[in-house]
Amino acid sequence: MKINVLAFGVAKEIFESSQVSLELTNDATIYNLKYLLEQQYPRLKQLASYMIAVNNEYALPGDTIHERDEIAIIPPVSGG
Amino acid sequence: MNNIQILLSAESLNISSCIDWIMSPESGGIDVFIGTVRNATKGKAVLKLDFEAYEPMALSEMEKIAQQAFAKWPVQKVLIHHRTGALQVGEVPVVIAVSAAHRDAAFDACRYIIDTLKQTVPIWKKEAFEDGEVWVAAHP
Repeated sequence: MKINVLAFGVAKEIFESSQVSLELTNDATIYNLKYLLEQQYPRLKQLASYMIAVNNEYALPGDTIHERDEIAIIPPVSGG
Repeated sequence: MNNIQILLSAESLNISSCIDWIMSPESGGIDVFIGTVRNATKGKAVLKLDFEAYEPMALSEMEKIAQQAFAKWPVQKVLIHHRTGALQVGEVPVVIAVSAAHRDAAFDACRYIIDTLKQTVPIWKKEAFEDGEVWVAAHP
């Protein structure tokens, strides 16, 4: 399945885009997605940390991704 | 809930209208936290801050924090306003206001809200210095 990943903050600079499109297997998990992203964008591994959000909620590594989910990469937040 | 007010805004935050909204005859104490853009970080002059938000998720995380404050303390109203866009030194990126019958709940909830916001709400700031720009907290 094809998914889009929205990017914010420093992740947008790493992707050089506000979103990227990826091909994942149908039963892919957050863990699989992070592995693939880090292969394509090794600078992600230099971040202090980052999370993945699915449909506006923080996701866990074992969560499964579904087609049409809204997926976003959340680098370390720094609001306030 | 009409006792929670959440806002993300590209325009200046209006502190006095925040206070007007939080005031009520039932309240015995109101706690207001105002975050402001400081002119330096670790001794380096800061020119401005740029705030970016993942807006739908930021709003839902701010709402969750407000709900948690109601679950943890006997508070009456909670307001969380946050800016997006470019802010100059002295401008206000965040206002938190909490009302309660007694001051302890208002102080504790206000502190909890700003501390949790900084940890969980998907908002990012980039500091601009004379020699470049840095996304705050991005790298170890």
